[in-house]
Amino acid sequence: MATPAPPRWDRKMQQRLARGEEAALGELYDRFASLVHSIAHRVMADEDAADQITREVFGYIWENPDAFDPKDGNMRSWIASLTQRQAVHRLRRSEAERVRIGGERSAAQLEARVREANTAARADFIRTSMPSSIRATLELAYFQRRDYRRTAAELGLTENETRRRLRLGLQMLSTAMQPPQSSPSPPSGSSGGVL
Amino acid sequence: MNGPMGNEPLGDGDTPPHGMPLPRVPQPRDAADDMPSMPESQPVPALEPELEPQPRLVADPALPAYHFDHDTLKSLLGAWALSACSAEESAAVEDHLTHCASCAEEALRLRDAVGLLHREDSLDLDPLLRARVLEGCLGRRPARIPVPEWAGPYDAETARLDAFLGDLGDPEWEMPVRLTWSGGQRQLTLSGVLAHLGSIDGLVAMAIGLDDPLGPDAPRTIAGRTDEAADRCGHHSHALIRSSWRAQTRGIVRTLSFAGTSSGGLPVDFTGLVLPIRDALIDRAFECWIHAEDVATALDYPYEPPAPRHLNRIIDLAARQLPAVLAERRRAGLASSPGWLTEAGTPGRTLHLEVEGQGGGHWYIPLDSPAAIASPDTEVAHVALEGIEFCQLAAGHRHPEDLAAGQDGEREAIRDVLCATASMSRM
Repeated sequence: MATPAPPRWDRKMQQRLARGEEAALGELYDRFASLVHSIAHRVMADEDAADQITREVFGYIWENPDAFDPKDGNMRSWIASLTQRQAVHRLRRSEAERVRIGGERSAAQLEARVREANTAARADFIRTSMPSSIRATLELAYFQRRDYRRTAAELGLTENETRRRLRLGLQMLSTAMQPPQSSPSPPSGSSGGVL
Repeated sequence: MNGPMGNEPLGDGDTPPHGMPLPRVPQPRDAADDMPSMPESQPVPALEPELEPQPRLVADPALPAYHFDHDTLKSLLGAWALSACSAEESAAVEDHLTHCASCAEEALRLRDAVGLLHREDSLDLDPLLRARVLEGCLGRRPARIPVPEWAGPYDAETARLDAFLGDLGDPEWEMPVRLTWSGGQRQLTLSGVLAHLGSIDGLVAMAIGLDDPLGPDAPRTIAGRTDEAADRCGHHSHALIRSSWRAQTRGIVRTLSFAGTSSGGLPVDFTGLVLPIRDALIDRAFECWIHAEDVATALDYPYEPPAPRHLNRIIDLAARQLPAVLAERRRAGLASSPGWLTEAGTPGRTLHLEVEGQGGGHWYIPLDSPAAIASPDTEVAHVALEGIEFCQLAAGHRHPEDLAAGQDGEREAIRDVLCATASMSRM
């Protein structure tokens, strides 16, 4: 489910969660679990850690549905940023432990790893949020190794349009590499683990 | 890495007016003197070797040279970064990059972005994670409007099928899926299977005041409803069929949550079989699992059985229905073991059904009459089989003769019970 739900869905979901509707919690999970789990997995590269972060993120939302403010963006991007923050927090903690134990890891390596994880998580979110027409074109060219002419032919597009989509898709993805101007305000007001 | 940015042609002067590329003799670069926006130290993510553009090709003087204007070259940057343009276009782009700083900057950025195109690597969420996450949440804050416990298997199984559907592409929706039950078989597409599931769920929906998805005056029988729904789904997109099916499942769970546990006795009429809704939903969860498995089998995907505690509810429902089904079969002359006259409420001959594995347990089935009391003390036969096997039998996917079941005691009684179990299966 790549496309964000309409704002009305977000608000309704928030109200239902606030009301304590278990059925709404199930629907929330069904809609966002794969997003949460894949971001957590991208950052931690570990199945158990990703499961754990998934539990923490949904637990947080269920306990704090009011922390979502539709004015700041849709629920999907809110959940993605919650997940990224929580996952990076856990990564930092586990990596810091390794630095402290005095392994082969340095603080600089830790920062590099965290930066890389942040970028990868943002890229995942961007890739899954971009219009599906652009994503499909990119994936055909990259994963199926079609050149753009064959991509155009397979998708029934003009060559111009195909070139445009490939370039636009990569431009969107490349924004993941910029450090976020200011990460959306974390619920607790700190950038640490919040859930 | 000897990437496209690593070399530049000799004499990087102005573009010739009509873009005839100069013969290019690659030469190591000394410094990024003319391209300050291209930090040499920035690592370029390694691409898979096959995706490497082949800058060497560009020096081939045999290639015809074409003119590309700036806008065309710019439009090629994405395709170039993905190594998805012709050798000649790559050459033209690379040549252009040596004297167009803005394109060079973008090219490097897009090239790096290619390194971020990972495959989604955790497509398959563990279906059991849902229950763990939801339980964790409810431990932190109890639900004020809980889902009735008996609606849990339906909630979980429909969510699991929906997640499975999310991973399928369009061609898979048109694959033939064969449904089999003890009384017959039928071939549908995946859309048709969902239409079938949704049309029968509709009987549950109507019982709690929701609309019939097939509209007023729709047929009531399972076959009639399936035909009607399968006919209609030919006119709709897969996305719409899936979302209508899902919306109805969510509507049922939600409505029952608001109605509360006390609504469990509401009757649902499946024509020929009336079940209280608390059992009807377990039956629907069973159907959903079995048909999801039919679909997965047709597509050659794995599909796991339900969580053990849900499997247990499904087995329990079948075991509870057995005495009535046995009696009916005996009346119809389909039973081979004679029924003994037993007064209602008194102990009668009993079959001990032992279901092994996760979700299993022990059930005591009265053989003589649904009204008789089953008891270990009057056990005349014992049958032991694995939980999934029992469910497959109840789904009509196994013949009673082909089962790997441990048997002890009256053979005919065992045979009657196994045949009765299979006979409960429906489309």
